[in-house]
Amino acid sequence: MISLEFILQSVDRWLRDRLGHEVAVAVEYVLVGLFVILFFAVLGLVLVFMERKVSAWMQVRLGPNRVGPGGTLQTLADTIKLVSKEGLTPAGADRFLFNLAPVLMIVVSMLLLAPIAFARNVQLWDINIGVLYVSAISSVSVLAVLIAGWSSNNKYSLLGAMRSGAQIVSYELSAGLSVLTIVVLSGSLQVSQIIEAQQTGWWLFRGHVPVLVAMIIYLIAVTAETNRAPFDLAEAESELTAGFHTEYSGMRFALFFLAEYANVFVASAIGAILFLGGWMPLHLGNWDAFNRIMDWIPSSIWFFAKTFFFIFVIMWFRWTFPRLRIDQLLELEWKYLLPLGIVNLLVATTIAVAGWYF
Amino acid sequence: MYLWTRNHFSGVGSASLVVLIGAGIVFSLLAIGLSRFLVKPTWSRQKLEPYECGVPTIGKTWIQYNVGYYLFALMFLIFEVELVFLFPWAVVVKQLGMVALIEAAVFLFILFLGFLYAHRQGALKWM
Repeated sequence: MISLEFILQSVDRWLRDRLGHEVAVAVEYVLVGLFVILFFAVLGLVLVFMERKVSAWMQVRLGPNRVGPGGTLQTLADTIKLVSKEGLTPAGADRFLFNLAPVLMIVVSMLLLAPIAFARNVQLWDINIGVLYVSAISSVSVLAVLIAGWSSNNKYSLLGAMRSGAQIVSYELSAGLSVLTIVVLSGSLQVSQIIEAQQTGWWLFRGHVPVLVAMIIYLIAVTAETNRAPFDLAEAESELTAGFHTEYSGMRFALFFLAEYANVFVASAIGAILFLGGWMPLHLGNWDAFNRIMDWIPSSIWFFAKTFFFIFVIMWFRWTFPRLRIDQLLELEWKYLLPLGIVNLLVATTIAVAGWYF
Repeated sequence: MYLWTRNHFSGVGSASLVVLIGAGIVFSLLAIGLSRFLVKPTWSRQKLEPYECGVPTIGKTWIQYNVGYYLFALMFLIFEVELVFLFPWAVVVKQLGMVALIEAAVFLFILFLGFLYAHRQGALKWM
């Protein structure tokens, strides 16, 4: 059976036989860099297309269907259009910060790819504080948003950035608390160990109600953190034209757009790893035959299926809930989600300590 | 592959940070540079004005104003520090058992009292 791990190992062996150890490692770094860039570009194209198709499906219309078979080349055409647009820097803007913000945004969302396990043994960096790393790095994107809003010299941008700062910062707490629930159950912050702890079943099934509650809180929190509807107050187009990226055009706008989708992907991937076992196939206790059959499906397919399920749910939110007002948004977090998250963490810990989970 | 197997992560893993930061910078500069290479810029004064729906902008943007989220930021700081304290606790709580659980419960309860106090003082009210 061909797995991602096998392909990578063969590439590694091939390079090493021809180039020797040091050169092979250097070449591998470059290859990884190129691969990540390619992955990002493809991810952007796929997710934007998916977003439009899902939206169309929810609203009973066709969505993009003219460019290419079934409209699949629509986002490529859009990218070409965006490349051919001039990237303006408004007259009063702080030029350095204005240009820095999109680059910072992209760098941050690329850094988030490091601890994600794409398949069995395929992971850029299996850091032993993986989950903490993700929450630490992802909060840097607030800085990019604030820099973008502040440097644009536009009142809409500034307001959008301030809202976004308050919102991302608030919902980070809930996301952190629901992540902690799983950390308590698995007893590790390392992504590979969290996945391995789900060998006999995913935490969603083994952890009773607290894990389910944690998953729901996590989904709400990451939807808010990635600035997506119904929490897209930072760029609410009917109130603030486009929020913090009002003044951005051309490719720099495209970078913000891409980073938003990349963040959705990363958040969903982390959700899939924590609650649905990442690349771990569906295992049921000691049903040996069933588990064998499930192991036949490659682990990368499991990972991407779970991740895209979460992405689909986040896109679904957008067409189900109306946008919140900023005070309702903060109230939801501070008066409901945060206390609920704390209580939930304590209940989950009781279950973990007493060994009541399956 | 050296880079991918879990046995070697300690030394090589941090190199993946450099690779990713490099990839991010290369990617965004490539994208911006490509469009700069392809597009012939035009200039007009109106184009460079701040876009505020066609209405000329009034006064400066960088002024002092009531942020209104300030208290939320303070509250966030308290709870974020709490979260940082809870991360190491969460890793070992299963081994330490009930004692650690009760300690964390007391810790969270004290914080929660502070939260209630802030709530009574109106820190969570909008504006």
